[in-house]
Amino acid sequence: MRDFRKTSHVSKVSMKWRYLKQSLFLGIIRVSALIIVTSIGGFLFYIIINGIGAISWDFLTLPPRDSMTKGGIMPAILGTLYLTAVAIVFALPLGVMSAIYLSEYAKQGRVVRIIRIGVNCLAGVPSIVFGLFGLGLFVVFLQFGSCILSGGLTLGFLILPTIIGAAEEALKSVPQTFREASLALGVSRWQTILRIVLPNALPGIMTGSILGIGRAAGETAPIMFTAAAFFTAKLPASIFDEVMALPYHIYVLATAGTHIEQTRPIQYGTALVLVALVLGIDLIAIVIRSYMRKKKGW
Amino acid sequence: MSRKIKEIIIKNIFFFFALVSIFILGLIVLFLFQEGLPIFKVVSVGDFIFGREWYPTYDPPSFGIWPLIVGSLFVTFFASLIAVPLGILSAIYISEIAPPLVKEILKPLIELLAGLPSVVLGFFGMVVLAPFLQETFDLPTGLNIASASIVLAIMAVPTISSISEDALYAVPQEFKEASYALGATKFETILKVIVPAALSGISTAVILGMARAIGETMVVLMVAGGAAAIPESIFDSVRPMPASIAAEMGEAPFRSDHYYSLFAIGVVLFIFTLIFNLIADYISTRFKEVGSATL
Repeated sequence: MRDFRKTSHVSKVSMKWRYLKQSLFLGIIRVSALIIVTSIGGFLFYIIINGIGAISWDFLTLPPRDSMTKGGIMPAILGTLYLTAVAIVFALPLGVMSAIYLSEYAKQGRVVRIIRIGVNCLAGVPSIVFGLFGLGLFVVFLQFGSCILSGGLTLGFLILPTIIGAAEEALKSVPQTFREASLALGVSRWQTILRIVLPNALPGIMTGSILGIGRAAGETAPIMFTAAAFFTAKLPASIFDEVMALPYHIYVLATAGTHIEQTRPIQYGTALVLVALVLGIDLIAIVIRSYMRKKKGW
Repeated sequence: MSRKIKEIIIKNIFFFFALVSIFILGLIVLFLFQEGLPIFKVVSVGDFIFGREWYPTYDPPSFGIWPLIVGSLFVTFFASLIAVPLGILSAIYISEIAPPLVKEILKPLIELLAGLPSVVLGFFGMVVLAPFLQETFDLPTGLNIASASIVLAIMAVPTISSISEDALYAVPQEFKEASYALGATKFETILKVIVPAALSGISTAVILGMARAIGETMVVLMVAGGAAAIPESIFDSVRPMPASIAAEMGEAPFRSDHYYSLFAIGVVLFIFTLIFNLIADYISTRFKEVGSATL
C-alpha cells in the first residue's frame, strides 16, 4: 500500500514535468516557425516599402541614362526574359525526355541508380561553378562569346535537375491503372506515354517548369561571365549579343561604380521588380499545383 | 515486328536523353579541369590548397587558397548553426503541430523563401543587416562572417525544412499511434519516435542545406566582406571560395595564371559539394526509412 502511494506520487510529479517539457518544446517550435515567417515578412515589407517609390511606367519602359543614375531598367527586364526563354526552351524538352525514361522505361537497377545520382549531383553543383563551366564551354571553347545564348544555355543546365525532378514526380503520380488500361487495348508503350501518361502529367510538368523559370530568372552567378553586361547602349539584336539582366544590374549598382549611394532608389526598385517577377512566377506554379491537386479525382 | 523495332528505338532515344545529366556532369568536370589544371604547373597542389596567402595579382603572385577555404567553412558552419535548428523545428511544426490552415500558408511561404533570388538577399544583407550589426556591436565593418552566415542561413532553411518535412511526413501513422497508446506525450512521441524514424531524411536535409550554403555565391560576395585572410572572430571579413571566383574572374586576363587559379578554386568547390551530395545520397538510400510494411 505504501509503495503504491509512493509511486503514484512520483509519477504525478514526473507527469507534471513531462507536460512542462512538452509546453517548453512546443513553445520553442512555435517561436522558430515565427522567426521564419517574420524574416520573410520583414524582408518583403522592406523591399516593397523602399522599392515602390522608384517604380513608375518610365522606370519599367525606359533604358538607363546619365551613367545609370537616372532612367529605367527596361533593357535589364528584357534581358532577363530572353535568358530565361533560352534556358527553358533548352531545358524543358531535355528534362521531360529524361524524366520519361526514368519513370516509364527504366527498370530499377544500376544504370538508373547512376543516372539518379548524376541528377542529384547536378542539382548540387554551385551556381558559380555553372558560371565557370558556361565560360569554359560556350564562351571560350564554342566561341559564342558572352551572349544570350551562352548565358541562357548555362541557366538551362542549372535548372535541368529541377525540371527532371518535377516531371518525374508528375509522371509517377499518373495511376498505373491508366497505363494498364491503355496497354490492354493493344496500344503500344510509346503511344500510351504520348496519349495517356503525358497529358495527365502535364499540369505537374508545367508547375515544375514554371518553378525552373523562376529559378533561372533570379540567378546571377551563372550569367556573370557568360551573358551579362553592366550596360548596353542598344537592345540585343540577336542571341549572340550581350544583355543586361535584372539580378546582375542589382549586383553591379550595389557594389561597383562611383554612384552607389546615388543609385540606391534604382537598386531598390530593381530588387522589387526582380522579387515581384520571381515570386509571381513561383506563386503561379504553386496555385496551379494546389488547384490541380484538389481537382484530381485520383 | 516493325512496331516492336520502333518501340525499341524510341526507348533507346529516351535512354540517350536520360544520360544527358551524367554527360553534363562529365562536361563540367572536363572543362573545370581543363581550365583549372594549368595552375599546377606554377604552384603545387599542396601549396595551392594549404598556402596561406592569396595574392593572385601581386608580382610575384601567390596562389594559396587556404584562407578562402577557411572562409567558406566558417560561413557554412555558422549558417548551419542557425539554419539546422530553424529548419528542423519548422519542419516538425508543419508536419506534426500546425493546424491545417497554418500549414496551408506556411508551406508555400517556405517554398517562396527558397525561390527568393540570392542577389536580392545579398542586397538586403548589405543595406540592412550589415549596418545594423555594425552599429549594434560597434564594428569597423558589418560585412563579415556573422552577417553572411545569417543571410546564408535564411537561404538554407527552406532546403532543410522541406526535405525534413517530407521525411517526417513519411513516418507511418502506426508509429505515432503506438507511442500515444503507451501513454507518451506529444513531445516524447516526436522526440523519441518520429524524429528517430525520420533521421536519415533529416540528415540528408541538413547535408543538402550545408551544400547549398557552401556553394552560394551572391550572398558571400556581397555580405562577407571579401578579406582573403584567416579570420580570428566572427566579426572578421572573409572571402569564401565562390566570392573569390565571382569577384576576380572579370579582372583576370584570359588564360593567365590568375584565370587558371580561379578555375582550380572551382574544382575544389565542386569537389566539396560533390562530397556533400554523395554523402546525402548514400544516407538516403542506405538508411531507407522503415515503412509500415515492415511492422
